[in-house]
Order: sequence, then structure tokens, then C-alpha cells
Amino acid sequence: MDALAQLAQGFAVALTPINLMWCLVGCTLGTAIGVLPGLGPALTIALLLPITFKVEPASAFILFAGIYYGAMYGGSTTSILLNTPGESATIVTALEGNKMARGGRAGAALATSAIGSFVAGTLGTLGIAFLAPVVVDVALRFGPADYFSLMVLAFVTVSAVLGSSAVRGLTALFFGIWLGLIGVDLQTGQARFTFGLQELLDGVNVIVVAVGLFAVGETLYMASRRLSSDDEIIPLRGSLWMTREEWSRSWKPWLRGTALGFPIGAMPAGGAEIPTFLSYFIEKKLSRKPEEFGHGAIEGVAGPEAANNASAAGVLVPMLTLGLPTSATAAIMLSAFQSYGINPGPMLLQSQPQLVWGLIASLFIGNVMLLALNLPMIAIWVKMLQIPAPILYAGILVFATIGTYGISQSPIDLILLYAIGAVGYLMRRYDFPTAPVIIGMILGPLAEQNFRQAMTISAGDWSVFFTRPLSASILALALIAVAGPKLYELATRAPAAGQAT
Amino acid sequence: MSPSSGGARVARGELAVALGALALACVVLWQTLEIPVSPIYARVGPTIIPMITAVGLGVLSLLLIAGALRGGWQTDEEKHATPDRKALLWLAAGLLANVLLIGPAGFSVASVILFTATARAFGSTRPVRDAGMGLAFALLAYFGFARALGINIGAGLLERAIESVLGIAS
Repeated sequence: MDALAQLAQGFAVALTPINLMWCLVGCTLGTAIGVLPGLGPALTIALLLPITFKVEPASAFILFAGIYYGAMYGGSTTSILLNTPGESATIVTALEGNKMARGGRAGAALATSAIGSFVAGTLGTLGIAFLAPVVVDVALRFGPADYFSLMVLAFVTVSAVLGSSAVRGLTALFFGIWLGLIGVDLQTGQARFTFGLQELLDGVNVIVVAVGLFAVGETLYMASRRLSSDDEIIPLRGSLWMTREEWSRSWKPWLRGTALGFPIGAMPAGGAEIPTFLSYFIEKKLSRKPEEFGHGAIEGVAGPEAANNASAAGVLVPMLTLGLPTSATAAIMLSAFQSYGINPGPMLLQSQPQLVWGLIASLFIGNVMLLALNLPMIAIWVKMLQIPAPILYAGILVFATIGTYGISQSPIDLILLYAIGAVGYLMRRYDFPTAPVIIGMILGPLAEQNFRQAMTISAGDWSVFFTRPLSASILALALIAVAGPKLYELATRAPAAGQAT
Repeated sequence: MSPSSGGARVARGELAVALGALALACVVLWQTLEIPVSPIYARVGPTIIPMITAVGLGVLSLLLIAGALRGGWQTDEEKHATPDRKALLWLAAGLLANVLLIGPAGFSVASVILFTATARAFGSTRPVRDAGMGLAFALLAYFGFARALGINIGAGLLERAIESVLGIAS
């Protein structure tokens, strides 16, 4: 098998001492930021983007991938012990996991989530290795019009379908697209939206936006809500060794969670919320003890955790093969590729095999490291949960400032950071999702590029997007995704409304 | 719309945010019209996507305004939660001091003030301890993170003094 030979080469890259070191640093850092409330992988990778000027691409991506996977492991620890899910995908873990911890079975909950994450992460990575070359074969036939339509589909699903409101999600998306448009237009050399400021000619730095939204905005929000939260850390009790019964109730949910999470994550629509919720409901249906659900059922931790990690692996497929990020973290990683002058897309596997296969191999190694970091050493991470909020958030803001000021030593960047932080606060306060901003900002310029290429090829004829079968069907999917739920709602509501009047 | 929300009051916070979105849409439209277009690119020029963005934002902000006028979209619990204004003011003061001081006074001094003000916003009552921790944190961040990554964050007096003692050329 070709993929296996390539993978073996990847291991040769990943197993060099320096790359093992990066992998370990990434996994440790990732677990730490996953455990700490208020910090996430997108923010951390954004703060570390300047590293792309110093180390070679393979090492940087091994570091980023370690952070990406590690944050998933660490996040579940927080959900189980603190009941404050760091990200929406771990809400489900908190449902049963926190109940288990309250019932004195924190050890078993942590164990099933760590081992489930390991199983799902490993199978998911295997999935990347085999699926990526297949997707590349298909993607090589895509023209600019098809790419543009695919990006529209990703935009629509990420912002309109996955969140709580299509209008607010799309508003966030357009705000991000606008941020991405600021600066010199590369095709015509024309400055756009720079308001006469020299600093804006190069565009708004993604670090500023990510750090502003995820660090400054989040800190402002948490400070304004400080008095209404009542977080209580549940002490670590119960053996980390799962009993025979716990094993037998865990392994099937792990596999089913993986089977749900990976394909859904790998779709150009992405998102970890849908597979984790699906997994939860399926496990509830299939459980021999459905009455335990809501009171700490181990299946309700095992399944969704596996689904979460498998979908995190799946998200890397469209990112590496199509250059299509479907999560904020993947979007930041895409900007790291751009910073190296590498264009992720179907050519990536051929032009940078060392990089891609080294990255995939390091994901396998990272999963092993993460299992070791998260089970025997769990007590260290629990200690981190006890950092008092004043110190934690003060530290986050100071770090955010260094990361931003360091880009150009310009106070303009700091002012922009705090302004975006204020916008981030309002978005959080009024329930707008923030991930579409980042995705719109990174993917927007790429979508524009493909749009203009397609239009140039067709000599300015708009119909090109609707006459190419592939492009047309993708656009139709996008339309169904955004309008379908609304139409369904109208259709089912119409009779009721008729009765009322 | 359920019957009970028929008499819903205008949600002021949501309305303000929606009007902000409308204002942004207007700015985007105005700035798009300011982009000069060379006739060579007239058909596939640099203004098409900005125009779509402006129109998209405009339509969405109108939908948001409509939503706000019909009582807003937030849950009652969220609506009645009053933000802690004092905490936000402490944070704003810390951030403002940071922007003003980072150039003239150097990164460590600005960071200590930001750190202490943030800790105060989160309810800490021990400013001296916080300042001490802030200083330790700032120096650690400066020497561990920024120098290791090769980020130049502009040394102030304090950083230069320490560098000269340690004999590191900056």
C-alpha cells in the first residue's frame, strides 16, 4: 500500500529527537491550555505563530498538532471536574462526566475519556492517512468555480447551520470576511478599507483578531460575569483503573463515537457539536442502563469523548487536502501554512510529503504521549484547575499583549487588539459565535481569489457557478443547508398560524 | 412567534448591537464605493466581494434589528444578568494604561499595571502581591517566551538593566 510506505517515511521525520521534543512540548502545552478555562487551542496556536519564522515547517506543525490534540484531552478533564465546558463540543462530556465525578467516580470518568480519546484519536489519524490521498484524487479535478462553491458551503454550514442562529452566525462570518479584505488587493495592488493607515496596508494580522476575540473578549466577559458563576472543583476520587464492567460498557461507545465523529468532521462542513450530541443520544438509546443517564452513565462520557476526538482528526482532512478549514483552530493552522508560503490544497501531499506524513505520524505518537500525560499524571493537571481566576486572567491578558505587541511593536496593533476584544465581548454577551469570524477572515480572501479566477476564465459570466455540475450541486447543498430548516419551520407552522388568526 | 411574546418590549441591548452592525454595513459600503476600479478589471474587479459583504451585512443587520424590536433573542436569564460594571472599568483602565505606557515605560512596567488591574477586576484584594506576581510573570514571559521566539517587544529600562547584569546582548 502506497499510504503505508509514505507513513513509514513520516515516522522517520516524526521520530527525530528534535521533532519528538516538539511533539511532547505541544502535547503538554495543549493539555495545559485545554485544562485551563479561558484558553483554547486557537488562541494558543495564534500566539505561537511567530515561531514559523524560526523553525522549519514540519516541526512547527508537529507542535501545533500536539496542541490541537492535547487541548481535546485537557478539555475533558475540566468538563468532568469543573462542569465548565471550555468549548461547545465538550458540553456533552460535562453532562454525564460531572455527575460521575459528583458520585465519587471521577477516576473512571477521566479514564474512559482519556482512553476513548486515545482510541478515537488513533483510529481517526489512521483515517486521515487513508482518506487524504483519496480526497486529493477527487480534488485534483476541481476548478476555481468548484472551489469557490465548496468554500461557500463551508461558510454556510460553519456559521449558519452549526450555531444557535443563522442570522447571528452569518453576521459574524461577514464581519470576518470584511476583516480579511482589509489591506492591499494582491491582484490589482489597490488598497481596500485601510482608512489611510499605513499599518493596515498589509492587512489585519490574524494573531490580533484571534487573540482579541479569544483572550481579551473572553476575559472581559468572564470579569463581567464573575459574581454569577459558582464553579466548584470536584476532588479526584475513585480509582483510575476501570472495572471490568466499566470497560465492557465503554469500548463499544468508543468505537461508535469514532465512527460518527470522523466522517462528520472530515466533511467540508465540519463541526464537533453534531457528532458529540448524536453519540450521546445513540448511547442513551442503546444503553442497557438508560435510567443511569442524567446521573452519571459511563457510556455518556465514553461515546461523546471519542466522537469529539475523532472529529478533531477528521477536520484535518479537508484542511490538508483542500485547504479548507472548518474550525477556528484549523483556520489558524492554515494561516501558519501561508506564513511559510505553502498553499494547502491537493498539491500539498505531493509537494510537501515530508511535512504532511511527518505530521500524521506525529499525531500517532502524540496520542500515545497524551495518554501517558493524562492518566498517570492527571493529579498535576487537577492542580492547575486551582489557579485562582484573578491570577489566571491577568496572566492571559499579559500574554495576549506580548503576543500582539511583539508582531510590530506598534501601539496601533494594541489598540486594534483591544477594539476587537471589545467586539468579542459584545459578541459573547449577545450570543454571536466567534469562530466564523476567524474562518471568514482566513478563508474569505481565498474564496475571493477563486471567485475572480473562475470569473476571469468565464470572461465575466456569472453562470459558471451554476452550469458546472459539481459547483452547482455544492451550491444547491449550501442553499438547502441555510434555507432548509427555515422552510421546514414555516411549513410546519403555517397551519397553526392559520388557526390563530 | 408564540402568542405570549406578542407584547414583547424592544430589547435595548440587542437593538444597539444590531444598529452597530448596520453602521458597519454602511461603512463597508461607503469604503467599497471609494475603491477606484481600473477599466481593465471592471468585470471581475476588487469591489465585487466587498460589495457582496456590504450588502450581506446590511441585510443581516436589518434582520437583527427586526429581531431586537420583537423582543430580542436572548433568554430571560441572560437579559436580566447585569454585567459587573466595576470589573469592566478596572479592566478598561488596565488596558488603556497598558497602551499608553508600553512604549515610554517598557513592557514590564506596563504589564505589572495591567496584571494588577485585571486581578482587581476579578476580585483580588491584594494589589501588592498581584504586582509582585505580575512582575515575575512579565519577566518570565519576556525572557522565556519573547526572546525564545525571537519576538522583539521593545525593552524598557528594567529589561535592559537585567540584560546588562546577565550579560545578554539585546
